[in-house]
Amino acid sequence: MNQPPLISVEELIDEFDALGDWEGQCDFLIDLGFELEKLPPEAKVEENRVHGCQSNVWLIAEFQRPDDADEIRVNITAESDAMIVNGLIAILLAVYSGKSPSEILKADVEGIFTRLGLDRHLSSQRRNGLFGMVKRIRAIAAQAA
Amino acid sequence: MSSQPRTTSFDADTIRGEFPVFDQPLTNGRPVTFLDTAASAQKPRVVIDKERECYEQYYANAYRGVYQFGARVDEELEATREKVRDLINAEEISEIVFTSGTTMSINLVADSWGRKFLRPGDEILLNEMEHHANIVPWQQIANETGASVRYIPLTDDGRLDIQELDNCLTEKTAIIAVTGMSNVLGTINPVEELARRGKQVGALILVDGAQSVPHMPVDVRKAGIDFLTFSGHKIYGPSGVGVLYGRRELLREMDPFLTGGHMIDRVFKEKSTWAELPARFEAGTLPIAQAIALGAAIDFVNQLSFDAIHAHERRLLEHALARLQDEVPGFVCHGPGLEHRGAIISMTLEGVHSEDLAVLLDRRGVFVRHGHHCTMPLHDLLGVSATTRASFGVYNTLDDVDRLVDAIHFAREKLRLV
Ligand SMILES: Cc1ncc(COP(=O)(O)O)c(C=O)c1O
Repeated sequence: MNQPPLISVEELIDEFDALGDWEGQCDFLIDLGFELEKLPPEAKVEENRVHGCQSNVWLIAEFQRPDDADEIRVNITAESDAMIVNGLIAILLAVYSGKSPSEILKADVEGIFTRLGLDRHLSSQRRNGLFGMVKRIRAIAAQAA
Repeated sequence: MSSQPRTTSFDADTIRGEFPVFDQPLTNGRPVTFLDTAASAQKPRVVIDKERECYEQYYANAYRGVYQFGARVDEELEATREKVRDLINAEEISEIVFTSGTTMSINLVADSWGRKFLRPGDEILLNEMEHHANIVPWQQIANETGASVRYIPLTDDGRLDIQELDNCLTEKTAIIAVTGMSNVLGTINPVEELARRGKQVGALILVDGAQSVPHMPVDVRKAGIDFLTFSGHKIYGPSGVGVLYGRRELLREMDPFLTGGHMIDRVFKEKSTWAELPARFEAGTLPIAQAIALGAAIDFVNQLSFDAIHAHERRLLEHALARLQDEVPGFVCHGPGLEHRGAIISMTLEGVHSEDLAVLLDRRGVFVRHGHHCTMPLHDLLGVSATTRASFGVYNTLDDVDRLVDAIHFAREKLRLV
C-alpha cells in the first residue's frame, strides 16, 4: 500500500496539454481511475469516509520514514465508487502522496487543477467533494508535522 | 421502434423552435438534449418577450403608483392572477397568492396555517416520495406545535399504499401534504381520493403541484384541494415566482407569513392590521416582471393543451422505456408502470455510478440530473444513494430519447461494461 503515485504532476500536465480537449482528458481520467490502486474492503468504513462528496470516497494515510530522510512521508490511498472521481483522486495522489507533511501543506492543488483546465469541468458540487478530500489530507499532514 | 412515425399530431419540432435556447449547438457541435425539465424548464420566446416587454415598456413597482406605468403593471399582474385562477379553476383571484416558488408556498402554509391551527397530538400526513420542500417545513412546524409527522407507506412500485390509508389517516390527521406527481418516481398520486378521504376525518389537503401543474390539468374545486402550490420556472415561466392557492375561508383565518410593506391595512406604532387577500400574504415587492411573464407561460401551455402535452410526453416516455429496457443491461427504472406515471425516468444502471453517467452523458450533449433530487427519504427507501433522472417537456422529441439511449451505450462503453 505504498506504491508510488500512478503519475507525476509533470506527466499529468504534459498529458493534459497533449490531449487538448475535455473529451480526451475525461477518457484519460477514467483510465487513471481504472488503474488507481484500490482499497481493501476492510478500509471502506465510516471513519475513513470523506464527507462532502456526492459519491462515496474512502481515504487512508500511512506514515513512513525513509532511512535517508529526516522528515516522514505520508502515503495516501483513496478510492471512490465513481470512476471519474477515482481519476481525480489519482491527480490528488500525484500532488500529495509520498510527500512530507510540510510539502503537503505547501502544495497548491487548486493551481494544479486550474493548470490542467479541470476547473472548467468541475461542478461546484464536485469541487466541494474534492475540497473535502484536500481538507482531510491537509489535516492528516498537519497532525503529523 | 424505428418503424414508429417521427412526428405526432403535436409538432414537437415546431414547438422546439419556439425555445431560443435550442437554436445554437453546443461548443462540441452536438445539439442540446435537455432532459432536466423536472428541475427547471426552458423558456419559450413568448415568455422571454413578455418579461422584456415589461422592462422595456412599463416597468414600475406593483400596487403602489397611480401613474400610467404603475397602473399597467397592476393590470398585467391581475391578468396573470386571473390566468392562474382559470388554470386551476379556483373560485376567486383573491385565492391566488404570488410567492417566490413552491418552497415558499409550502413554508407559508406550514407557518401561517400550522402555527395557528396545529395542536399537540395532531398529525401531518406525508409520504416518503415527497420533495424536501414538502417534508422539512412540516417537521419544523411539528416541532414547534407538538404535532407530529406521519407517513403513508409506499407500495413496492412507488405508489401510495392506499390500502394502508385507514391506518394512518385518522381523526388525528390535521392535514395531508402530498405531491401531485413525484419528481423522482413520476408517480401521479390520487389527489382527489385523498382529498375525499381526508374530508371524512376533517383533514385538509395541500397538494404540491410543482411537477403536476405543468403537465396535467388540475382543478382545485373538483378535486377538493385546500392548498395548491407550484413554481413558475417549471411551467416554462420565469424563475423567482410561484403560486399558492388557498381556499378563501382558510386564507382568511391565517396569520401573515412575512410582514412588512403592502401586506398591511394600517400600521400604528404598537400594532398593525392586515390587508385583504391576497395582499396579506404578499409582503414586500413582488417578482414583478416574472409574475407578469408567468401569465404568458400559462397561455403557452393552454394553447398547446394538456391533452396534447400529455399524449406527446407519453410517447416519449414509452419510447424511452421500451428502448432502455430492451437494450441496456442492468437498467432499473424506479417507480410505477406507465399508467401511474408522468414523463420522468429515474434510473440506476448496474455497475455505473450516477455521477460518472451524468458526466459522460453531458459529453454527448445529454443533460440529465443525478443525485438524490431533494428526496433523501425516498432514496433511503429505494436503498440507493443516487439516481440519474431524465425528465421530459414539450420541446423534447423522439430524437432526444434516441440520443439519451445512445449516450447511455457510450457511457457503458467508456466504463468498460461492454
Ligand atoms: C415535487 C417538488 N416539490 C417542490 C419543489 C421545489 O420547488 P422550488 O425549488 O421551485 O421551490 C420541486 C422542485 O424541484 C419539486 O419537484
